[in-house]
Order: sequence, then structure tokens, then C-alpha cells
Amino acid sequence: MTKLLEINNLKTQFFTSAGVVQAVDGITYDVAPGETVAVVGESGCGKSVSAMSILRLIPDPPGKIVDGSIMFDGKDLLSLSDAEMREIRGRDIGMIFQEPMTSLNPVLTVERQLTETLEEHLDVTREAARARALELLNLVGISEPERRLKQYPHHLSGGMRQRVMIAMALACEPKLIIADEPTTALDVTIQAQILELMKDLTRKLGVAMIIITHNLGVVARYADRVNVMYAGRIIESGSAEQIYHDPKHPYTLALLQSVPRFDHTRGEKLKPVIGQPPDLTKLDDGCSFRPRCAFATEQCAQAKPPLEAVQEGHISACWEKSNVGLEESAA
Amino acid sequence: MNEATSISTTDAPPPPRVEGTDALVRVRDLKMHFPVTEGAFVSRVVAHVKAVDGIDFDIRRGETLGLVGESGCGKTTTGRCILQLENATDGEIWFDGQDLNRLNKVEMRPLRQRIQVIFQDPYSSLNPRMKIGQIIAEPMMVHGIIDEADERDARVRELLDLCGLNPKFADRYPHEMSGGQRQRVGIARALAVNPEFIICDEAVSALDVSIQAQVINLLEDLRDEFDLTYLFISHDLSVVHHLCHRVAVMYLGHIVELAETEELFRNPLHPYTQALLEAVPIPDPTVEKARAHQIIKGEIPSPINPPPGCVFHPRCPMSVDGCSVNMPAFREATPGHWVACTEV
Repeated sequence: MTKLLEINNLKTQFFTSAGVVQAVDGITYDVAPGETVAVVGESGCGKSVSAMSILRLIPDPPGKIVDGSIMFDGKDLLSLSDAEMREIRGRDIGMIFQEPMTSLNPVLTVERQLTETLEEHLDVTREAARARALELLNLVGISEPERRLKQYPHHLSGGMRQRVMIAMALACEPKLIIADEPTTALDVTIQAQILELMKDLTRKLGVAMIIITHNLGVVARYADRVNVMYAGRIIESGSAEQIYHDPKHPYTLALLQSVPRFDHTRGEKLKPVIGQPPDLTKLDDGCSFRPRCAFATEQCAQAKPPLEAVQEGHISACWEKSNVGLEESAA
Repeated sequence: MNEATSISTTDAPPPPRVEGTDALVRVRDLKMHFPVTEGAFVSRVVAHVKAVDGIDFDIRRGETLGLVGESGCGKTTTGRCILQLENATDGEIWFDGQDLNRLNKVEMRPLRQRIQVIFQDPYSSLNPRMKIGQIIAEPMMVHGIIDEADERDARVRELLDLCGLNPKFADRYPHEMSGGQRQRVGIARALAVNPEFIICDEAVSALDVSIQAQVINLLEDLRDEFDLTYLFISHDLSVVHHLCHRVAVMYLGHIVELAETEELFRNPLHPYTQALLEAVPIPDPTVEKARAHQIIKGEIPSPINPPPGCVFHPRCPMSVDGCSVNMPAFREATPGHWVACTEV
């Protein structure tokens, strides 16, 4: 076993006045050192909550991790004290969030944002931390780094702020970076720059990455492996090629067919997924996708299908998975 | 159509640079410069944000024109100028033979019925205190389309059904609905006054992909059923490719390229269009591995102080000395394919 991160049957729930929201409902996946794993799904599917659970950043109350284990680098993160967890956050696990304006401290200079992390986690002097901060800004491709160190977040453009976020995430040479919608707020040419930077740096430094996104194009370009989430569960998992070329879950299939692609010929109608995602406070015993599913049978209402292998490294949670595929649906 | 003749005789606009005799909308040299002021007591204008800086395009009847570009390129401002929500600094906006920039409020009112808009954010564009039925009925009352309350209610239910919503939703409030459902309400409201022309400003951008496809299909069905003309403003090139007949690409207040959709995506001429297409990831790992990924450098400059000459030249891989002097003319490189670049 050379896994860096192993998540086993993780369950996170929110106890609200409207009922118990089963945001993450028993997910299991792992990340190998240096690997880029994508978690993809639509709003409310639990992808961000699952990432926040790894970092133990779920607001409690109302949220709570109710079951499961998260093994990171030989330690069970769920059994650590708050102080021990703070050690890991920012040092062994770096974080990149969607909105760089709200995740950077507006009253600290770029230099202080970076040196604070360094001084907190590594036993370094102010001067050494400053030198490292300069080195990091160079690494993430920020021009005139000397001048930028003295600036505040509001002086920087969105793309520049996200570069600072990446510099902060990399500051203590983490083993894993969790990037939650890192480019969703950015324009497409800036998105391409940031993703290219993240890919180069994670490869060069051997850092593993979990990238959480709703953008199927981003996943196709950057991920080695893909976990597709729906209603709090991973419903399909495999290599990027397996997921995109041979989807074995009706939701993955429907998702791929509902995205317009500009490399395809025009004039074909899109095939949307009918209906709406389910209310996470009112999940029943059956498969959560069955009301929207073209393959649903009697069995789907009886019990939730388990994740089972369809081929090496490719698993799907569907009773009808042997009938699901791109060819069948085209017919 | 007497409007078409009135353009050429009475008002004599400049010759149509983007061609098309059957144009419903004709925008000529449109400029929208917002003043930047300084000083708390005596404010003075210190600069201008050149959000839109001289653009020309036509939209034919029944056509969907895509307007794409990144944030701050002026695409939304262009839409707001056509809607007369902004007083354009300069230029002409011809709608069916009338220059909207020269009309007063009273003269504009009957035209507002013919030009409608669908906004991006289905949360902030619906009044939270009004029921869905009231939201959809309001434009009909404003324009005096159906005076009988019963008839109006029937029409509201018909519109809801048309937009794929249960007619019972008329008695609900916006907060009881999902994002996709709210966007359908926004569409029903736009259709309530039987418009000819709808400006869709990022109309599907806030929606999840599975819901987005539903709304795209709805927009297509409505276009076919009611012969609607759309200006489809979006940053999403894949959606624009799917939905639009022709596409205009904007950068920093200028249209840099305009062509038929297939032509633009197959044969992009302007270096910015090429960079934009290259930057969009395609949801297919095999296709992605085969792509070159030439990533464009730099960031979009500020429209307050745009670069001299061609606004794209600081980021352009093809720029030559002359690019920093003059903004290249918007010219027809091949029939119907317009580009503002001297190097192609």
C-alpha cells in the first residue's frame, strides 16, 4: 500500500431545521502520491463538503462527520486533536479555494500572507521566510515579485490572486493539494494559465492533487483519475479515459451527452438530464438518480446499488451497469 | 417592410459594413464611455472607462448572433445599450428602421415591448415578494396587452406550460424554485409581451450542465416556434457554438472578429479568437492529449487606459511594430468573415 490518502465510508451530515442533510453519504476513494484525482459533479452533490471533511473544516454545528475514516500519510485525520490537525493543514495539505478574494486576508500584504504560513509551520526566521516568499512568487510566475510582496490582495487581478493562493498552498512543500473549483471564477484564458501552472508545479514537485470541479473539460484536460458524485455518493470512478469513453453509470453518460462541444458538428439537439437533483434531506433506500434515469427498473427503488468493478480500476454504482454505454444510448 | 427603405432614404446611415438587407438590429460605431470621477465635494471627470469603443454589427431577422468575450470586454454593456438601459456615448442602434439612441422615453415604450431581455442570475432578477404569476403578468399590464384579469391568468398558465413549468407554479414565490426553474420563469416573463428580439445575457451561465442543456433546448424550441431573434451574450464558447448562427468576438470594447459559427470555429483568423478557442478545455481526454495547449500570456488590460493601436497587441503572439500605432480596420477577409487584424 503506497496510498497517500485513503478515505473510507466517509459520511458528513448537516443537522438543520429542515432535517438532516446527508451531504456526503459514504464515500470511499484514495489518492496515490503525485496523482491528480478529480471529483466532479453538479451543485449540491457533496463534492466540496467531502473536501472540507478531509481538512476537517466542516462548521460544527450544524455539520458533523458522523462516520468513516480518513487516513493521510499513515495518520487517521479524524482522530487527531484540533492542534494536530492545524499542523497538517497548510503544511502537509495545501488548499486552493474558488474565490481568491475571500480566501486571502484583505488587510495583510502578499508578503505577510506567505510568511505567516511559513513561520507557523516551519521553524524559520523572518528573513528566511521573506526569501522563500520571493522564491514562491517567482515559481508561480508573478512578474515584479519584489513589488508584489508589498501589495495587498485588492491590488491584484483575479488571476494574480489565484497565483498567490497557489504560492501559499505550495509554501511548506505539501504532499497533497486540495483545489476546490480553483478556476471557476476566472476567465477562460486566465483559467488555462492557472491550470497549466498547477499541472506543471504538481508534476515538478511531485505533489498529489484533488481537484474539485463541475467543469468536465477541465477534468478531461488535467485529471488522471475521476470520481463522479451524485447526491452525496460516488456513483462512478475510473481513469479519465474510462469515464469519458466508456461511462458505465447513466448519470455520467447523461452528463457527457448534455454538454455542448465545439469540436462536434452543430445542429444536433442536446440531450439534457430530465428533472431536478433530489432533496438531500429526503433520500430513500433506492438509487437517488432513478427518477431521472432512462435505465431505471423495479430493483432501483428497492436498494442503493453498490460500487462494483466493471473492469480493472473502473467501478460503477448501478444495477443496470452492464446495459449502460455510449453505443446503446446512440441507438 | 417600409422600415428598410426608411433607413436608406430619410436617415441615411453609413453603408452597412456587416451586410444584410434583412437586418432587424443594426449597430453602427457604438461607443459607451463611462466617466471616472474623483473628489468628494466637487467631483470632476478624471478618465473614461471605454467599455464599448466603436463596434458595428447586424442581426438578421430570425438569427441568433453570439457575442463572446471575457469579463470586461463590453459584451454586457453592448446589450444594455441596445435595451436603452445605458445612454450610449456615441453611435447608432437601428431597430427595425428606428435609431433607438434618438428616441425619447415615450417613443421608446412601444419598442420595449418588442425587445426583451433574459438575465444571468435567476436569483436577483425575480422580485422575491411577488408570486410567479404576478411576475409574468406584470409586463402584460405595463404594456396593456391583456386587460382582463382572467385572460391574463390564463395566459400566464399558458406561458408557464410553454416554458416547461407546471401552471400551478403561478401561485408560488421565487424562493420555492430551483435555479433552472427560475430561469424558465425569466424566459416566460420575456415572452409574455410577444417580443421579436430577445437579448440573452449569460442566460444559461449560472446553471448546472444537466439543467443548462434543458434551458438551451427550450431557447431553441421557442426560437423556432415564434421566429425569435436573439442576441446571445456569453463567455461560454461551447454554448455559443451550439446555439448561434453567427458569432462576434469582443475584446476590450472592440469586436475583433465576426463570422458564421462554423467558419469562426473551424477557421479563426484573429489571434485572440485562436487563443480563446485554444484555452477552452474539451470534455474528452483523448482530444485534450492531442492538443498543443499554446497558452496566451498576460492579462486583460484595463479599459480605462487601453493599449494604443490594436488593443490586443501586448498579448499577441503575431504582433509587429505597426500594431501599437493604429487600431486595425474591421475588414471583410473572406465573404462574411470580418476581422480586425492586419496580419491575417
